[in-house]
Amino acid sequence: MTDPVLDIRDLKIALPKGSDRPFALDGLNLSVNPGEIVCLVGESGSGKSLTAGAIMRLLPEPHVRVAEGSIRFEGQDLLALSEREMKQIRGDRIAQIFQEPMTALNPQKTVGWQIDEVLRLHTGLGRKARRARVLELLDLVHIPDPRSVYHAYPHQVSGGQRQRVMIAMALACEPKLIIADEPTTALDVTTQLQILKLIRELQEKEGAGILFITHDFGVVAEIADRVVVLSKGEMVEQGTAAEVLNRPKHPYTRALIGAIPALVPPRPRDFRDAPVVLRAEGLVKTFAARGSLISGKRAPVTAVDNLSFTLRRGETLGVVGESGSGKTTVSRIVTRLLESDCGAVEVDGTDLLACSPRELREMRRHIQMVFQDPMASLNPRKRVEDLIAQGPIVHGADPKAARARARELLELVELSPAAATRYPHEFSGGQRQRIGIARALAMEPKVIVADEPVSALDVSVQAQVLKLLADLRDRLDLSVLFVTHDLRVAAQLCDRVIVMQKGRIVETGVTAELFAAPSHPYTQQLLASIPGRGWTPPDLATDAA
Amino acid sequence: MQLTQVLTYALRRLLQAVPVVILIMVGTFLLLKLAPGDTVDALVGDMGGADAAYIARLRAEYGLDQPVWVQLGRYMAKLIQFDFGWSFVYEQPVAAILWERLGTTLMLMGTSLSLAFSIGVGLGAIAARRAYSLTDNAISTLGLIFYATPSFFLSLMMILLFSVKLGWLPVSGLSDVAAFYTGWDHVIDVVLHLIMPTAALSLIYLSFYLRLMRASVLEVADLDFVRTARAKGAGETRLMIHHIMRNALLPVVTLLGLQFSTVLGGSVVVETIFALPGLGQLAYQSVIQRDMNMLMGIIFLCAIIVVIVNFLTDLLYARLDSRIALK
Repeated sequence: MTDPVLDIRDLKIALPKGSDRPFALDGLNLSVNPGEIVCLVGESGSGKSLTAGAIMRLLPEPHVRVAEGSIRFEGQDLLALSEREMKQIRGDRIAQIFQEPMTALNPQKTVGWQIDEVLRLHTGLGRKARRARVLELLDLVHIPDPRSVYHAYPHQVSGGQRQRVMIAMALACEPKLIIADEPTTALDVTTQLQILKLIRELQEKEGAGILFITHDFGVVAEIADRVVVLSKGEMVEQGTAAEVLNRPKHPYTRALIGAIPALVPPRPRDFRDAPVVLRAEGLVKTFAARGSLISGKRAPVTAVDNLSFTLRRGETLGVVGESGSGKTTVSRIVTRLLESDCGAVEVDGTDLLACSPRELREMRRHIQMVFQDPMASLNPRKRVEDLIAQGPIVHGADPKAARARARELLELVELSPAAATRYPHEFSGGQRQRIGIARALAMEPKVIVADEPVSALDVSVQAQVLKLLADLRDRLDLSVLFVTHDLRVAAQLCDRVIVMQKGRIVETGVTAELFAAPSHPYTQQLLASIPGRGWTPPDLATDAA
Repeated sequence: MQLTQVLTYALRRLLQAVPVVILIMVGTFLLLKLAPGDTVDALVGDMGGADAAYIARLRAEYGLDQPVWVQLGRYMAKLIQFDFGWSFVYEQPVAAILWERLGTTLMLMGTSLSLAFSIGVGLGAIAARRAYSLTDNAISTLGLIFYATPSFFLSLMMILLFSVKLGWLPVSGLSDVAAFYTGWDHVIDVVLHLIMPTAALSLIYLSFYLRLMRASVLEVADLDFVRTARAKGAGETRLMIHHIMRNALLPVVTLLGLQFSTVLGGSVVVETIFALPGLGQLAYQSVIQRDMNMLMGIIFLCAIIVVIVNFLTDLLYARLDSRIALK
């Protein structure tokens, strides 16, 4: 057996005093062999990204520092190296790929320059040789037309391309170890699959060891050889991918895997007799040539093109698609947060788009929204009860009664009524989203429009919030328009789905039927791109709860 | 940035500037008419009084007996032909005087702003890189002092120290009239005269740029792409020069463009104190003497300068930020 490229022993990372725990990472043991992909899995706050920081020696010292343990890279103790020696290793023998391809590249330098920089720092190659190598690298990561991308700025290439550029940059000096920190989290599913394939392919070709950090078990199933599971800084389980995925031992891992939405849609329910509560007819939204005389014109973008659908009482209609498909625009038009160019949105028979401002305010109580980012959508200066009661009070409810009702609603979303007097920042992400739901419910709406309500949440929290939504929907007979990019989530909750691509509906149907037999090529492609589609999470529901 | 692109952009900006300038001129004309007293009042005041018939004849001669709208129309008609009229105080065409004074003001503003910008940006970057250290505290305190000192006070204190007590620098004027310097001696003489006014005008702006640059560098240094560059193995100097500075400069450049007009205003005070024959001092005297044509000329010139500077700032901005395209 060969020696591991990376060998971490008893690693402890200390957090500053006053943090919620003394060690961000408490006794991590991990090794990566050449040609192996080790996945480090954990939810947010588990300390997985700090591990990457510790290996690269890029922790925000002195606040967060390695307290104990050793990190050996090819037998050499990284923690004992001087900053100068470390600088020579970074980018040369250990490379890192980051999560956000949007922000991880310098916006003011061309793509070529940024890859070239690695070569300039670590090799003695001349200008021509470096340029040739950069073009070769761009070609290696399957970027079409490397020459034009070489001279492009990061904002001129797409998200997937940018991530390819990041990978090319990491591969520039043929590193022995690549640390990939959530490299596909910010990407669309189809792009994600391509990037995962690319990483696999390159790793086989180059034989580097990869430490792959992720929160997504689907991605793990797609790529990992071995898996290490972290929970609040502690390593709870490690083993081969097959072992951990199919026979998890530790309760935490079992809970995590149990929380993954299975790709099994609910049994179709019959809504033919239910009254239509929301009808959209021929919606069109074109973002016209932006700017005026001053900033010049940009080609107009049709975000939503002739969209029609109906939503019956008690039904959940999913709107799925990748970024840029116009799904968020739909949610904004339906709630008239954005004006549609033409068409009609009927809520209970009244056309929302034709309402005068005064009528619109009255109509708003019937259609409420739950937003994606639970932190940004709650006013941080208001108490929870005021946040929830605000809507009814604006619509003329007695403030005292509205606040009492807010407490009832908190109970309904499974929060303690004592939460009423606290502020949003005192809650976790999942709890905040519950508050967001309570706020929407306070108006006793007929329709709830949920725009990616669980996308910002960890998978275990996601499962709870989804369960709550399904539960409330059935109890209160709510109609939900559910916008999401995550097909697994859509499969959990939606009775019917609309698949959108570039502003158009490409396919619509009952979830179970559509998932079983997609007819449109785009839907087929979407479904085929779900990470870990070949892996069905073992049924752990009974003992995971 | 291709040349044709810049030129079409310049042309568009020029067309946009026309209504702006016209609005400014009409607005100022009406505002000035609202102020009590006119050129004739000032002239008569200087002469120590005159009889009513003479005053009425003067008014008719200058066209001041007409309704305001007629006066405005006549003025604008002349302005369109770039005729700024005649200054009744200096007994010269306005354009000639403006031209003569423009150089001094531009020189004062140019040196002040470029000094303020380069020193402020430099100090700000140094302060940010050594955030919360002794160096940072010293620089920030210095900035605060400059920021809190009004320029007229600073001017007077400098005159007191460097001219009166130490005798190193000349008190006022642009050059030593009695010395008849030529060539390099003349240049050195002018530089010596400009040191104090430049310092007085630039220090407050220097502190603006310093504060903004410090904050901006601190912010950019935390961004993801700087982390990427670190992970590539780049050293601190390289990070600073290639990755941080250029991104951190953007907000400072915005401020530079915005503040140009305030510097024009600030030069009124400084030019008056140091008796520099520039536009600022001219503006002050024209207000006192109700030299309507002269004032309007100055305002027109200032408007043009501000429009040009804003255009240049936008060009610079597009050069610095690859995401902004001139279209």
